[in-house]
Amino acid sequence: MGSKYAVELRNVVKQFITPEGGEIAAVDHVTMQIRNGEFFSMLGSSGCGKTTSLRMIAGFEWPTEGEVYIDGEPQGHKPPFLRPVNTVFQSYALFQHMTVQENVAFGLEMERVEKAEIERRVGEALEMVKLSGMQRRRPKQLSGGQQQRVALARALVKRPKVLLLDEPLGALDLKLRKEMQLELKSLQQEVGITFIYVTHDQEEALTMSDRIAVMSHGKVLQIGPSVEIYERPTSRFVADFIGESNFLDGRVKSVKGDQAIVNVPAWGEELTGIVTSKVRAGDEVAVSIRPEKIRLAEKQGIKENSLQGVVVNSTYIGSDTHVYLDVRGQRIKVWEQNRISTLDPRAYYRNGQKVWVMLLPENTLVLPKD
Amino acid sequence: MLRRLREDKSIQGTFLITPTLVFMVGLLIIPLILTTIVSFGHRSADGGVIYAFSFDNYLRLIGYSTQCDNGASVCFDPLYAQIMWRSFSLAFNTTVLVILLAYPLAYFIARAHPIRRNTFLFLVLIPLWTNFVIRVYAWMMLLRKEGVINIVFGWIAGMLHIPFTPLEMLYTPGAVLVGMVYEFLPFMILPIYTSLEKIDNSLYEAAADLGANPFRTFLRVTLPLSMPGVVAGTILVFIPVMGTFIVSDLLGGRQVILVGNLIQRQFLDARDPTFGSAASLILMVLTLIVTYFYTRKFGFGEEIVV
Repeated sequence: MGSKYAVELRNVVKQFITPEGGEIAAVDHVTMQIRNGEFFSMLGSSGCGKTTSLRMIAGFEWPTEGEVYIDGEPQGHKPPFLRPVNTVFQSYALFQHMTVQENVAFGLEMERVEKAEIERRVGEALEMVKLSGMQRRRPKQLSGGQQQRVALARALVKRPKVLLLDEPLGALDLKLRKEMQLELKSLQQEVGITFIYVTHDQEEALTMSDRIAVMSHGKVLQIGPSVEIYERPTSRFVADFIGESNFLDGRVKSVKGDQAIVNVPAWGEELTGIVTSKVRAGDEVAVSIRPEKIRLAEKQGIKENSLQGVVVNSTYIGSDTHVYLDVRGQRIKVWEQNRISTLDPRAYYRNGQKVWVMLLPENTLVLPKD
Repeated sequence: MLRRLREDKSIQGTFLITPTLVFMVGLLIIPLILTTIVSFGHRSADGGVIYAFSFDNYLRLIGYSTQCDNGASVCFDPLYAQIMWRSFSLAFNTTVLVILLAYPLAYFIARAHPIRRNTFLFLVLIPLWTNFVIRVYAWMMLLRKEGVINIVFGWIAGMLHIPFTPLEMLYTPGAVLVGMVYEFLPFMILPIYTSLEKIDNSLYEAAADLGANPFRTFLRVTLPLSMPGVVAGTILVFIPVMGTFIVSDLLGGRQVILVGNLIQRQFLDARDPTFGSAASLILMVLTLIVTYFYTRKFGFGEEIVV
């Protein structure tokens, strides 16, 4: 019990042979440290390398280059059955020829745990996932959500150092998925086991994770807590992938501390924003501002980053009104929260209305172009 | 009328099963009834049937006799019981050997790259393109005293300067067993392959993930999940082997007489259709009993669900 990291990937590369005979790097020099007891998510669209990374930790794949460490120990070509990690599969991979009880007991039998002890721990695990009384059922007799819980109990009963979850909620409907997200999170805090969670659903990652690794094309783009990933993305890709954002092309005029002044040719204006990664004067950048962070007003409130625009489309969606504006030829989207309960149409933005659009410098990000 | 056909499921069902029903009643049920009737009759002097209701043929099959050498009033001649037993044990041994040979091959094909699987399955099916009898003849060529195997052994012995007398392989129970195994191998490979192929790869991974080494994964996951294929294959192999007579005739000669041979000789040589019918029915009943107990224990090769 030494390492402060539950899992560490050092410079890991995984190459696959394509059917055409070429080579493709599914994981391309990935380095990440996953701390003991944290809920860590790997987030990205399909083919970004998140599942391959998880499979290399589990031992289903071996790195072409680099090394996977679990609890400080290099894993090399160790097979899955010798690694102190367990996996919850996307398809659940339950044994259909066994009952719920037998499924959950399987891993303990492999460890040659005593019979009475198995009985006790299986009971505990099933209680934990609220499936007591289902012992004699077969997986096919359970709902999707219940099968998911069996898969979870089957892995957790082994008390692994690390639990690997490969999009475990993907097959559930939205409502159940939201419930399970919260349950998984509180379960993780209860058992104190490190969870590594693979998902393509950004909201799921933001909801549950202590830290998120955003991946694309086999590389890690950014690792950090949910807040950091959303509020301080370090690249245009991350800002675009997580949540929604308005982007404007520009060139950096000057950098001072963590602020930069950017020339936006489309507007013939200079905008001030926060720098989240290395940019220098003269760099081509993307100015990013999230739709809920733009302020609209009938009168100009601030001088900096303030322009006039015309409402092109205004859509009332209940909690918010989505306002699409034309600002000197650029389309800008703004989410206005409906803070006052009223039926008066004048309280909402109307098509053709002229408004001031204020991009507060502390809400504006200057990001390197990918 | 057409509208009713479109809407009424039971009429549709009737139309769908009628062709097979006519076929089965005409060519299975009626002949079976006739066979039963004939089995209770007597053979006439010219090989015809005298209809009666007597159990003589059945008593003969169990070897019941009232003319005994040792002077007892009733004794049993085990001749036909021995033939039955020989057929049963041959079918049993064939099935076991076929499973042992077919399983690893089916596993190999199921785990091969999907592109190559079809090629392998194709290769498994190639022998079936050739006539059954011709393939048995090919085995005679191999096993004969002057056959290929003895010639090759002779060469090797000659090179090593070892005295060699050709092996007597043809017309032995071993030759019949080899022939049976060869003939029925594909019928075991295909169903086992089908059930192995259906096992999702994630199940193997899950077993490994939970700490099972490859051997225990096989025992606890692969084998139980592929049992439907083994059961289906066993039914496809055991039943035909119980009734076969060509393989034993050609490769076993007079040494290996099975129920199939017995029945065939009653109809074609001994000209006693009544005794042949009785033997056929007994064979059918025995096979049904064995199959019944087997499927009661292992299921009918359907999915193991619920």
